[in-house]
Amino acid sequence: MNIDLSVNIGSLKLKNPILLASGTVGYGNEISEFTDLSKIGAIVTKSISLKPRKGNPPQRIVETPSGMLNAIGLANVGLEAFVKEKIPFLEKLNATIICNIAASTLDEYVECVKILEYEKSIKAFEINVSCPNVKDGGLIFGNDINWVGKITEQVRKSTSKPIIIKLSPNVPNISDFAAVAKKEGADAVSAINTLVGTSFDIYTRKPKIKNITGGLSGPAIKPIALAKVLEIKRNVDIPIIGVGGIMNWKDVVEFMIVGATAIQIGTANFINPNVSNEIINDLYKFCSEQKIENISSLTGSFQI
Amino acid sequence: MHIEKTIVQFVEKVKPNIFLLKVLAKNISSKATAGQFCNIKVSETDFPLLRRPFSIHNIENESVYFLFDIHGEGTKILSNKKVGDKIDIIGPLGNGFNIDDNYETIFLVAGGIGVAPFPFLTKSLTNKKIITFYGARNKDYIYDKNLINVKYSTDDGSYGFHGNVIELLEKEIGKNDFHNIKIYGCGPTPMLKALQKFSLENKIDCELSVESAMACGFGICQGCPIETTDNSYKLICKDGPVFNSKEIIL
Repeated sequence: MNIDLSVNIGSLKLKNPILLASGTVGYGNEISEFTDLSKIGAIVTKSISLKPRKGNPPQRIVETPSGMLNAIGLANVGLEAFVKEKIPFLEKLNATIICNIAASTLDEYVECVKILEYEKSIKAFEINVSCPNVKDGGLIFGNDINWVGKITEQVRKSTSKPIIIKLSPNVPNISDFAAVAKKEGADAVSAINTLVGTSFDIYTRKPKIKNITGGLSGPAIKPIALAKVLEIKRNVDIPIIGVGGIMNWKDVVEFMIVGATAIQIGTANFINPNVSNEIINDLYKFCSEQKIENISSLTGSFQI
Repeated sequence: MHIEKTIVQFVEKVKPNIFLLKVLAKNISSKATAGQFCNIKVSETDFPLLRRPFSIHNIENESVYFLFDIHGEGTKILSNKKVGDKIDIIGPLGNGFNIDDNYETIFLVAGGIGVAPFPFLTKSLTNKKIITFYGARNKDYIYDKNLINVKYSTDDGSYGFHGNVIELLEKEIGKNDFHNIKIYGCGPTPMLKALQKFSLENKIDCELSVESAMACGFGICQGCPIETTDNSYKLICKDGPVFNSKEIIL
């Protein structure tokens, strides 16, 4: 039996549904020493902003039960260095690039997209409207449905490439946000970004990360992410990229069943930088055993 | 850098709270240099979720040694490993100590479990006069195998000089006429800070091995920044863990 792992996210065709989540693989150079990026569906780059960002002061991360909190603060090389240094490297590796963009203002999103529009190897934009760890932008946008609508609308006007809106889970009705994104022309949504959390040292009574709060990721958030994907799937007709605590192929299948067209691997990359390719091999095995010819047939196949 | 399934050769309790782990790790042992570290997955489950970083204590043939104290759940699990157990290790990681021929005398300055990388460094520093300054809480925290010319200090005076290791260093340097010194330091941050000040005041070249919590250990999580004197951040895992003492703000 020929197994087809390819999936379509709007007009974007990917060889398999496994993407590497933004902010968990930098710009690919370090992780490429451990894993073959040409075999992955796509790499979503670390958020790029117009100007370089230094990021938050240490301590930036702490482990929590079945997860971790991070407050990196969108540390990145800035758009110019990204175009000059990072894109050529990823092109050489034959990686499929989705560029994640973060901004503090509406204009900054638009300007970034306009500049990157001419980069042929960028196959899509993922718009980060939901970083919980920066003062300007971030959740101020992501938690306000009007902002998400406005940003999507303006970005849509500025590019012909597919756009994916990365949604915040820190809202009461995520499907409303997905609906707005769709209405304003988004091709897909990523769900979910990290959840706001914190952790304190009981002896010093101080927060364990300098930013006080951080974004919770890892297996701890998987049930929440699944519920959010399902909520969107049942209410809005838009491709969903599932993200949140995926550690293995079983998690991937579960996300697809509740409605994800593709998924992203985040925290698991830190623990096993080759996990994405291992998962792709395991998905082949699963599909062969289960006689699933097209993996895309799993999407939204839940029995309720 | 390798992801290697290593095999436990032994785990030994060498002091009441200090353990020595020896693993067979062909790839890591053949590439490692003194001062580099490994990121160890202490369990096969999601608990603890993240790897734990450990200095390479020593290399012997195809084996790698790690010296660690029980700090939390991760190190507790590691201390309970049995001969033949498999441990998933990524390494060698980071930049180790720079070894060059311009120095006659080497001071190794260790605080507590910060002594971990020094046996490997001692072995790597051939034809040098080495003096090791080793400070610890008390005599139960001192594990000095494979170190040479050791001068001890303990906080409670139970072994060697009564005081901290920087006070010991200040006392000793005044007594002797040392030439062309380089310092390598590893230990808790307050000690490194004092050592940084000492080396600047005495105009002695100094490299410090610093530590931080980290998720990946090779640069992708961006979780372990250290502030540098040129007002930027470097990553402890990838740019360090060893830095020139003039380069970093502790």
